[in-house]
Amino acid sequence: MSPMTLKPGSSAQSAYNLRSTLPESHERHTLSVLVDNEPGVLARVIGLFSGRGYNIESLTVAETDHASHLSRITIVTTGTPQVIDQIHAQLERMVPVHGVTDLTVLGAHIERELALVKVASTGEKRVEALRMADLMQARCVDVTLESFVFEIAQTSDQIDAFIELMRPLGLLEVARTGVAAVMRGKEPME
Amino acid sequence: MSTEMTGAEIVVQALKDQGVEVVFGYPGGAVLPIYDEIFKQNEIRHILVRHEQGAAHAAEGYARSTGKPGVVLVTSGPGATNAVTGMTDALMDSIPLVVLTGQVPTFMIGNDAFQEADTVGITRPCTKHNWLVRDTDQLADTIHRGFHVATHGRPGPVLIDIPKDVQFATGTYVAPEQARTHTYAPRTRGDRAAIEAAVELLERAERPVLYTGGGVINSGPRASALLRELAAETGFPLTSTLMGLGAYPASGPAWIGMLGMHGTYEANMTMHGCDAMFCIGARFDDRITGKLDAFSPGSRKVHVDIDPSSINKNIRVDVPIVGDIAEVLEEMLAIWRERGAKKRDVSAWWKQIEEWRAVKCLTYKASTSTIKPQYAIERLEALTRGMDRYVTTEVGQHQMWAAQFMGFDEPNRWMTSGGLGTMGYGTPASIGVQVAHPESLVINVAGEASWLMNMQEMGTAVQYRLPVKQFILNNERLGMVRQWQQLLHGERYSHSWSEALPDFVKLAEAFGCKGIKCDDPADLDDAIREMLAYDGPVIFDCVVEKHENCFPMIPSGKAHNEMLLGEASTEGAIGSSGAVLV
Ligand SMILES: Cc1cc2nc3c(=O)[nH]c(=O)nc-3n(C[C@H](O)[C@H](O)[C@H](O)COP(=O)(O)OP(=O)(O)OC[C@H]3O[C@@H](n4cnc5c(N)ncnc54)[C@H](O)[C@@H]3O)c2cc1C
Ligand SMILES: Cc1ncc(C[n+]2csc(CCOP(=O)(O)OP(=O)(O)O)c2C)c(N)n1
Repeated sequence: MSPMTLKPGSSAQSAYNLRSTLPESHERHTLSVLVDNEPGVLARVIGLFSGRGYNIESLTVAETDHASHLSRITIVTTGTPQVIDQIHAQLERMVPVHGVTDLTVLGAHIERELALVKVASTGEKRVEALRMADLMQARCVDVTLESFVFEIAQTSDQIDAFIELMRPLGLLEVARTGVAAVMRGKEPME
Repeated sequence: MSTEMTGAEIVVQALKDQGVEVVFGYPGGAVLPIYDEIFKQNEIRHILVRHEQGAAHAAEGYARSTGKPGVVLVTSGPGATNAVTGMTDALMDSIPLVVLTGQVPTFMIGNDAFQEADTVGITRPCTKHNWLVRDTDQLADTIHRGFHVATHGRPGPVLIDIPKDVQFATGTYVAPEQARTHTYAPRTRGDRAAIEAAVELLERAERPVLYTGGGVINSGPRASALLRELAAETGFPLTSTLMGLGAYPASGPAWIGMLGMHGTYEANMTMHGCDAMFCIGARFDDRITGKLDAFSPGSRKVHVDIDPSSINKNIRVDVPIVGDIAEVLEEMLAIWRERGAKKRDVSAWWKQIEEWRAVKCLTYKASTSTIKPQYAIERLEALTRGMDRYVTTEVGQHQMWAAQFMGFDEPNRWMTSGGLGTMGYGTPASIGVQVAHPESLVINVAGEASWLMNMQEMGTAVQYRLPVKQFILNNERLGMVRQWQQLLHGERYSHSWSEALPDFVKLAEAFGCKGIKCDDPADLDDAIREMLAYDGPVIFDCVVEKHENCFPMIPSGKAHNEMLLGEASTEGAIGSSGAVLV
């Protein structure tokens, strides 16, 4: 089985994107939000999304500047352009939010996600899993005679594809981090 | 004075340094140290309400009528949860409140301690921001930031949750100037290019309208004054939302009445037919727009608002201006004058508006045997206009009639629950207003159902000698609900009337205030005069027509030009698609 036999999906970024097709007029945007790392800030952001009926495809958060107590939240969301604008404005007016950058609007940026993928198989399947992992630049970080744990740091689409490849080869479980993203070039986001 | 204090001392000191004169509150175990400090001083007045919801609405009335933030102090658990409706109300209507809640001691948080509630969790979506203070050293800074956040940008309620051990422990006090308030600095100055584009539209408009809202009141008296200049210099017609009444005087030449679901025919037709709309501090609420895709289809739209999230939320506008109303209007007027204050002739447009006005949309069928609710408001208006008067309302038909039949010439004189539509708002709000303006006439125009929701606050009025006048239009119905059931649900009046209503006169006597009942239009003027003359709180039971409907009305899901003007036009007016809307 090769990646080329997989069904092409909706995204222009990948020939084999398996994400569900977005409804017409909906867009997928990646927002980078710099916030005070104060208690409840994540609940506030998530509450905004659930309370107003916005979508979250993925959300990551961690402190990025220990000295000034700043965290960066990276949110991948979908909606009509009007809803995306609202999300931007709603985030921006929150008191602990320092700034919101819509990376999708700004253009050239890098998105990465990390996944740990556990595969259990023997014989031909085991060999094939290892070969595919190599092709997809996944690293083996744990191994037993009957299993592997692969680590893959890629775009979400490519991780989707890797997981699909592993499915017939003994996929057991997956843990994903969600997307982290920055702008290309030397300019900072804020 | 040492800067080391107990947390409870810090609370009181911070309030004093913030210029707080009045706190509306209710004590309990988790705020006893703060109450002890309040006991030891005389600068800050504490008003003991009868229910924490009442404290929040009273603080809203105080805030709206003064332009200052209202302050609430309640205990943990039920004290905090009881205040939730008031905070949500303040959030929807952009009212600055600072709510201080007691919390169980930090070491007991999370253990289901007595009267523990996750107050910051519960109130996160109904405050502009909230804090749980775990360290006495952070307390002063947090309270000062709370005042800053509540009153800057789009105003709103904030909550500060203070565990009891933090109140007892000592910490360092910081003055307001030293607090870390700079991190919250919403933009108040509008973009120059956008304001120029708006001025260009002022110059080119043939069929303009100024659509103003609560943001003008929020911005302060200077915004109202500038709005009046703008209206006078342009000669454009001006309408306002329910929340903006009084920013422009109802007696002014530009005034065409309130707009929206129960607004005037002329205001809504003007909005529908205009070619240039200047939205100043209003938020295109669904009570205004009706059917979105039929809303003012032929106009270019300017929107001035301090909150970027209000812009393009419901209606796409052509010229967005993010900024404070007063600052933006000042710049707009300056540019307009610089460029020679030229405008198109709008007399043809006014002629059209006068034709719409001639429809006399507020006409109702008079009666000599029963008091029509509209008549009652008209008489109340006639007998109090020109007095130093403040009006609060409850929620329902009476609220709309008050908006339609009373005129406000000054901002901050009209207090109503618009966004949340909270029955039970008016009585406590009237108390908060009266506390702020002890010498003024304060009237709560109420429906009997709403009034019963927070009537316990009459005890507060009597205790503090607050001569609030409770003017109850008693139709023995949940009138607004009944009206919708009549129009939408085939006159099936499911649970929309009140049986076993109290005798309001006896109730007044039981509270220790005056009760007046009137059911004859011939006696009404004298009865109102009696109410006004009485030096103390009055409960006025005005027995009115039971099945009167409030018109005009734009049914849900309809456009502005599909307005219902009276009973004759109501047959089958609301389709099933409109019925799902509220
Ligand atoms: C039974 C019932 C019927 C109703 N019917 C009607 C009706 O017929 N007509 C009607 O108009 N309303 C009606 N309402 C009220 C309605 O629900 C809304 O509350 C109201 O229309 C909103 O008013 P607003 O647009 O002025 O906004 P507000 O809620 O007052 O919001 C103010 C806006 O101004 C902005 N702002 C705040 N401060 C500033 C500043 N300093 N500078 C710039 N901008 C600022 C805010 O960001 C916000 O966008 C009704 C309510 C009830 C309960
Ligand atoms: C707390 C609350 N519960 C329910 C409603 C729904 N509601 C809106 S108006 C109304 C009836 C109000 O009746 P009344 O106060 O007598 O005023 P009227 O409409 O008869 O003038 C009701 C139940 C509400 N707005 N607020």
